[in-house]
This record gives sequence, C-alpha cells and structure tokens, in this order.
Amino acid sequence: MAILVDRNTRVLTQGITGKTGMFHTRLCREYAEGTECYVGGVTPGKGGQNFEGVPIFDTVAEARRATGANASVIYVPPPYAAAAIDEAVEAGIELVICITEGIPVRDMIQTRYRMRNSATILVGPNCPGVITPGQIKIGIMPGHIHQPGPVGVVSRSGTLTYEAVGQLRELGLGQSTCVGIGGDPVNGLKHLEVMKRFNDDPATEAVIMVGEIGGSDEEECARWIKENMRKPVIGFIAGVTAPPGKRMGHAGAIVSGGQGTAQEKLDVMESCGIRVTRNPAEMGRTLKAVL
Amino acid sequence: MKIHEYQAKSLLARYGVPVPRGIPCFSVTEAVDAARQLGGGLWVVKAQIHAGGRGKGGGVKVVRSAGELEATAQQMLGMQLVTHQTGPQGQKVARLLVEEGVDIRQEMYVGMVVDRQTQQVALMASAAGGMDIEEVAAHTPEKIHTMQIDPGQGLLPSQAEALARRIDVPEALVGQARDLMLGLYRAFDENDASLAEINPMVVTADGRMLALDAKFNFDDNAAFRHGEWQAWRDVDEEDPNEVEASRFGLSYISLDGNIGCLVNGAGLAMATMDIVKLYGGYPANFLDVGGGATTEKVTEAFKLMLGNPHVQAILVNIFGGIMKCDVIAEGVVAAARQVRLSVPLVVRLEGTNVELGKRILAESGLPILSAANMDDAAAQVVAAVRRS
Repeated sequence: MAILVDRNTRVLTQGITGKTGMFHTRLCREYAEGTECYVGGVTPGKGGQNFEGVPIFDTVAEARRATGANASVIYVPPPYAAAAIDEAVEAGIELVICITEGIPVRDMIQTRYRMRNSATILVGPNCPGVITPGQIKIGIMPGHIHQPGPVGVVSRSGTLTYEAVGQLRELGLGQSTCVGIGGDPVNGLKHLEVMKRFNDDPATEAVIMVGEIGGSDEEECARWIKENMRKPVIGFIAGVTAPPGKRMGHAGAIVSGGQGTAQEKLDVMESCGIRVTRNPAEMGRTLKAVL
Repeated sequence: MKIHEYQAKSLLARYGVPVPRGIPCFSVTEAVDAARQLGGGLWVVKAQIHAGGRGKGGGVKVVRSAGELEATAQQMLGMQLVTHQTGPQGQKVARLLVEEGVDIRQEMYVGMVVDRQTQQVALMASAAGGMDIEEVAAHTPEKIHTMQIDPGQGLLPSQAEALARRIDVPEALVGQARDLMLGLYRAFDENDASLAEINPMVVTADGRMLALDAKFNFDDNAAFRHGEWQAWRDVDEEDPNEVEASRFGLSYISLDGNIGCLVNGAGLAMATMDIVKLYGGYPANFLDVGGGATTEKVTEAFKLMLGNPHVQAILVNIFGGIMKCDVIAEGVVAAARQVRLSVPLVVRLEGTNVELGKRILAESGLPILSAANMDDAAAQVVAAVRRS
C-alpha cells in the first residue's frame, strides 16, 4: 500500500514535447515500473506523434479515452499551466500533479474555484511531485535516493524533501510515499489532507512533516494530528532566521504582519504532540527515535 | 513588485477611485511648479519611497505657502528617510508627491489581500483608519471587518455597502464608498495585485470619499502579462544585490551576518541559514541558485556574496538530486577560480557521483573544506569564521 500513487497508476504527461517534459518523462519511465505506468502524453498540435514510444494526443480528453489514464503530470510553462490543470480536471483525471513553478496566483484562484465541485485531486503547483518508492515516480525528484519502507514524507519544499529522504536512507529507513505539496500560496493538497491519507495507509508507520514560513497550514494540520493521528509525526519548519516581509524564494514563503513565523508553527506543533527538531540535519534521527 | 504611492493613485484613478489632485516631482523646481499648477493655499508634500510609516519619519508635511513648500521639498529630497520598515539606514528620497490639501472629517482603512486559507481574495476594512493596520490587527482584531470575494462573481455591490456601514461611513456617502471599493477590487483583479491598501480612506469636509494614501504590490509571477510594470519599477528602491541576482535567475536576499550561503532550492536554502544560526553563526544572505546550479549561475552567486564586505566565509550546500555532483563540483571550482576566492569555502555535496565530486574539490588545489553532511558543514563554516 501507499498513498495517491502506486504501480497501478496510469499517467499522462502534459507538455511532453517540451524540454522539461521530455527529460523527466524519460527518467520517470526508467524508474521502477514506470514503463508500464506512463501511457501517454499531451501536446496540442502534436497528436499522432510519439515520444520514445509513448503516444502523444492533442487533448487530455482524447488521451484519457485512448489510454485509460487516471493521473497527469504537468510541465507546461507558467502562462498556460493553470489552463492545463483545468483541461485535466474537465477530462475527469483523478489525480493532477503540477510541477510548473511561477503560475500567477490569480490564475490559481480561478482554477481552484472551477475545481470546487470536482473530485479531482490536485498536487502542487511548484512542487517536485509524488513518489512511491519501488513502484512509481511522478515528478522531478531523484529516484535513486528513495527506497520502499514505512515512513511517509510531506513537504512544501523540493530539495529539503530530498534532504529528509537522504537522511532516512543513511539510517536504512525507506518511505511509503513522499508528497511534495509545493511552495505556492494557492495550491491543491495541503499538509492536512496528505496527513489524513498517511493515517489511513497501512504501509505508513510514521510521518515526517516538513514546513516553512508563511500561512497557517502546518498549524491546522498539527491541531488535526493532536485529535486524530494514530501514528507518530515529527516535524521541521524552515525559516526560523528568515526576515519578516521578504519572500524567501517560494511565493508562499513570507512572514506577513507577524503571521506565519517558523517559531509560531513550531510552538503549535509541539503543543500538539509532534516531535519537532530545529536542526534540519536531525530530521532522519528524530524520526527514527519515534518509530 | 512594489510601486510608489503616486503610481498606485494613478492606477486607482483609472478605475474611478477618487484621489486628491497631485503631481509627482523629481526636483524642488518641479515641486514649486506643481503647487502653482494645483493652486489653493494648502498642500501636502509626501516623500515617495516604497516603505510604509513615512509620516512618523518626517516624510509627509503640510505646507501653507510657496516658500514653506520650497523649503520642505529642499529638505526632503535626498534625505535618508527612516521608518519602521526601512531599517536604521533609511531609504533615500528621490521623488516627491505634491498634493492639494484636504480637510478631513473621518479616516478609515480598506485593503485587499489573497487569503491563502480560503484561496480567495479578501476585502478588509476598519473604522480605525490612518493607523498601522498591523497594530490594529494585533491589538484590536475585532475592529477589522473582512469580506471574502467569490472568484466567480467578484465583489458584489451589496457586500461593499455592508462593509461601508460596518466601518461607520456616513449613510449619505455609503454609495460613494461602495463605488470606491468596487473600483479598488477591479484594479486589484485586473492588475494581478497581491496586496492593495487605501489607508486612510477619508470623508472630506465637503462630503466626499477620497483615497488619501494608496499602496499596491503585484504578483511577480504575472509580470509576463503586464508590460507597463517595467516602467513602474523603481530599482533605486530595491536592494542592488537582489536586483543583480534577479538578472541571473538567482533568488537572493541580503541579511546582516557574515557567512555567505549558496544553496539549491528555497526550502533547503532557508534550512541552511537556520542550521548556521543553530551552530552560532550568522548568515549573510539567502541565496537559491535554483534547480540548475550551472557554472555561470554559481559564478554570479559567488560574485554577489563576495561583493558583500561583511562576508568572512562561504557555505555551499547542494543536494544534487537529478544533477550530478561532479558537474556541480566542476562548476564550484571554476567559479572559485574565476572570482579569486579570498575567504574560506565549505562545500557540502549530496547526490549522484558524490565521491567523484568530492575528489574534484580536493584535487582542485583550492582551499575548499569538504563537509560530510549539513551538521558538519555548519560546524566547519562557523569554525572558519572564528579563526579568521
């Protein structure tokens, strides 16, 4: 078991003929059972062609009809990425993972609004994607650092997730699923929704929750954990040293009006029974201590 | 991106929001001319810098004669204006806004932000106008009223009227306040704003609603569809290092420590600053070189960090991931050579071909300290600073 994606997931790459789409589709197909999992690509105007044997379609709807895909991954450039999400949602794709960084917030507000009555799950944008080690990798994370195991990882940051996974590997601990939810202020799944899935997943025994400054998603998740979580959770929040009012790389990583500080998040998480570490080099060891 | 008050007001005016008559000025002569053009016998001279809190710092003055205006403009242009948002060094004043004086009866606040929790735009208003709204939010949050705006329908006239009544707009002016808020919303929505504030929105003695001050921030992600932002941008208001960094696709923020940090990924970059602090050091900057840590980017990043006279050591922390460590190591070595690196350099690499990467660093002949992990890297760089 795992959450969100496994060897039975059938994936379309939206933007498969772009440089990023080609590069990562190739790497994802090489990972575990990727050759079976990646069933098609979408680039308007290039329907009928193929990418290294993966058939290309003009629209997501056509691709879905022809391949039975239930997931899509988006590498479309920022000006068109929100429309690409809309297209996947309208075609009834169950899971949409948007890697694209730099989508205007206004576009995402409109897209999330159009999704309000939809069953589609959105991960991202501005995220590394989702991986269930040993089965399937959807996104830009380095596959080789992962291995199957009992730890769930959820994070707003890409390389900081790799750091956590790298530390787990050093300790011989594998992962059930790693979910990068992305660094944008308006996005799909939040920590809380991923945490609920880990709670219900028999393969997950403990969770690393990585957050950063800005917003209050980590606090909301922490309060839910206190009341409902049956598995140990450890946490790290990046940005204790971040100056207020400055956007730290990620669009959503900003302390505004004294809200969303790392200290505040750590305090709430601790008070909700989450073992937190203030040292990013300690994520793996902190997790091992609660297993 | 931030813009000046006079630019925000001209934007609002396009959407029918009433603002005082005013003229932006770059010299004393222009300021005197502006007052003559505006006429009357009462003007306000306002320093145009991007930071808030200008009034308390002496950046907003009411004048009653041409002589007084000239003296004020003389004194304000070129001054280092210090407010709670500028830091102790202040911000140099290069532009003024000269406006007609207004007889004020009542001051209120209206603002708009993207509410991440509801994933909608929120309109906020308060009867406590003219004050620092963050203070109001911290001490008397009940004085701030918020309306969520449905992305499908936009701000409704009925919502704006209800909000106007809640902040004690006189009944006869509720219609004017409604139209002002509707204009504000359209300006926010059509221009990809991330924050907009009218503080204060005032009732004048002659019974008008007026946006007396205005602030607009825009979503940088939307710059590709707003060509006019280029003309609005005032790079003199930005940190020169941050401007330089953005030219090379680097995300850089100046801090006041002495350890330069070069990292790939925003989250890891913040975490690297955090661990430096945890080990008793002080980061000199946040710097995210992005996913592709190319030689060119790393070289520019080194130049930026070394341009800061306070930097006494540099920590490079790269989690290679997809990128191969040997390629990154070659980039670091080439960059260090090109900039004639003069301070201790600690490098932590992780990912594919890490052993090969470390060997390239070791055999470069450069004084590079190789670190095994983040703990080791932070400990080494802090020790290097203590030795120097």
